[in-house]
Amino acid sequence: MEKILQVKDLHVSFTTYGGVVQAVRGVSFDLHRGETLAIVGESGCGKSVTSQSIMRLIPEPPGKIKSGQIFLKGMDLIQLKEPELRKIRGANISMIFQDPMTALNPTITIGEQIMEGILQHKNISREQAKKAALEMLHLVGISNPEIRLKQYPHQFSGGMRQRIVIAMALVCQPDVLIADEPTTALDVTIQAQILELFRDIQKKTGVSIILITHDLGVVAQVADRIAVMYAGRIVEIGTRREIFYQPQHPYTKGLLQSVPRLDVEGAELVPIPGTPPDLFSPPKGCAFAARCPYAMEVCEKVYPFETSLSHHHYVNCWLQDVRAKALVSSNH
Amino acid sequence: MKSYLIKRLIAMIITLWLIITGTFFLMHSVPGSPFNEERTTNEAIQKNLEAYYQLDKPLFVQYVNYLKSLVQFDLGPSIKKSSQTVNDLLGRGFPVSFELGLYTLILAIISGITLGVLAALRHNGIIDYLAMTIAVLGISIPNFVMATLLIQQLAVNIPIFPVATWASPKHMVLPILALATGPMAIIARLTRTSMLEVLTQDYIKTAKAKGLSPVKIVFKHALRNALLPVVTVLGSLAASILTGTFVIEKIFAIPGMGKYFVDSINNRDYPVIMGTTVFYSAILIVMLFLVDLAYGLLDPRIKLHKKEAK
Repeated sequence: MEKILQVKDLHVSFTTYGGVVQAVRGVSFDLHRGETLAIVGESGCGKSVTSQSIMRLIPEPPGKIKSGQIFLKGMDLIQLKEPELRKIRGANISMIFQDPMTALNPTITIGEQIMEGILQHKNISREQAKKAALEMLHLVGISNPEIRLKQYPHQFSGGMRQRIVIAMALVCQPDVLIADEPTTALDVTIQAQILELFRDIQKKTGVSIILITHDLGVVAQVADRIAVMYAGRIVEIGTRREIFYQPQHPYTKGLLQSVPRLDVEGAELVPIPGTPPDLFSPPKGCAFAARCPYAMEVCEKVYPFETSLSHHHYVNCWLQDVRAKALVSSNH
Repeated sequence: MKSYLIKRLIAMIITLWLIITGTFFLMHSVPGSPFNEERTTNEAIQKNLEAYYQLDKPLFVQYVNYLKSLVQFDLGPSIKKSSQTVNDLLGRGFPVSFELGLYTLILAIISGITLGVLAALRHNGIIDYLAMTIAVLGISIPNFVMATLLIQQLAVNIPIFPVATWASPKHMVLPILALATGPMAIIARLTRTSMLEVLTQDYIKTAKAKGLSPVKIVFKHALRNALLPVVTVLGSLAASILTGTFVIEKIFAIPGMGKYFVDSINNRDYPVIMGTTVFYSAILIVMLFLVDLAYGLLDPRIKLHKKEAK
């Protein structure tokens, strides 16, 4: 499959009064054409920072992309200057933010807000832009688009606004759509509709989606592949099936166990004990070692290498290292 | 919209009437009278004067008479400036004050907003500190100090502008500058604060994610939202600047209406006190109304008329 976006060893840090926060500490992944990659993890694990780094929307300062490469169509986005980045934002990569209630400008009609993106990037007339906007509204399932175009955000419900935000993001037919917690601010029935819309749109346009979320329910519905992030690193990545049915990293397992279940009678909610490490001074070894029930001496000292479990499935955990496995089998 | 305007007009008239009534009775409750001066006047003459200006009648009758003439836009005769009516005084003074005020406002608004926006865009940068230093100075230096400083530097030491009076555009520069610094500083600080807040809003991030240029983001997406609080203060600011200021007009010998506010109270010149108060209140009320209309234009969420379907 064609790799549309490649992130290689991305390091992002923020300088604060308290010191330097190493928010992202070496993230690498590929995004293929037409797939949905979900990045999951708890708050503060660096998933939003990763996605905003791809758009180069990290406020610099205090943020800083210290090293790494982000390739889009052979261009390294890290090397680009602001004016060149502006040509990519919205045109090649689009972004949807968490809260549709605040993501739209309250004083500008939604028609204008959808059209300005396409007018910025494509050399077309307002008439053509309006036509494109109407098509987009139709695509995201908004009825009476002609009338709706002239209305303001406050005249729409939360779910409708998220549809408009999606229309806005897709109007230039980008290659990559980054959705940062697109359903978190919506109630559950609307969530389902929006996720349905994502699937529908992907089928129609072939856009690749990076879905940032902490909601495993959302992931289970739409993701093709899942990357699990912890303390600024991807600890496990694999297909949806592999992550849900054969999770190998203790953190992934913990994450799955901490999802409330209604289908199993008397199922207990198992939280992961402890708290994530302080990213001002992250541990030298595996960041999860302090909370890991299987931690070994090596875990605290050396960060585990990436182990390939299948063609898509990679994990960074000493337990999966060939030497650990050999040890286990020799003991039996 | 039409019913809103009518309702609003009635409310404005009631407000004005309350102000008139309050001022009228408060003014008469202050000890002293227009003829109460150091030199003692002959009792008979004083009686005659009071009769002439109808001050001998019961207060309530005076009040009703005043309202009657006010309805005909007659503000009565000035007691101290005999043979002149209050209408004459205001008619002569207001256009001058208005001209000075208008230019001052334009300067204050444009420079204040520019300064505020620049400061916000370069938050915690040199431009920000510079702009806010100017703003703090502008707020803390009283305009009479500013005026004398300007005269000293730009009229006496380096004689570019005339020292005083009101004749040509050249004469206007110094009083406008002196008068504009305060409002400019207020507007600049307000714009900066509100702009900083707007710039952290999600829709600004959305605009950036669309690939819009910084110029478009600031002018199309941020400024309009940031100006709402600024518009709020503009109403009362405009009313006070347009009706003239006592100090600046005194320093620059400008024949505006600002001096009547103070002189009339010292002189107990009842019709002039009433006239200036009514006039100022009317302008203030109209300005506040205009501010509300401007809200409706700036922010589509604010509806001036109630929903038809209720």
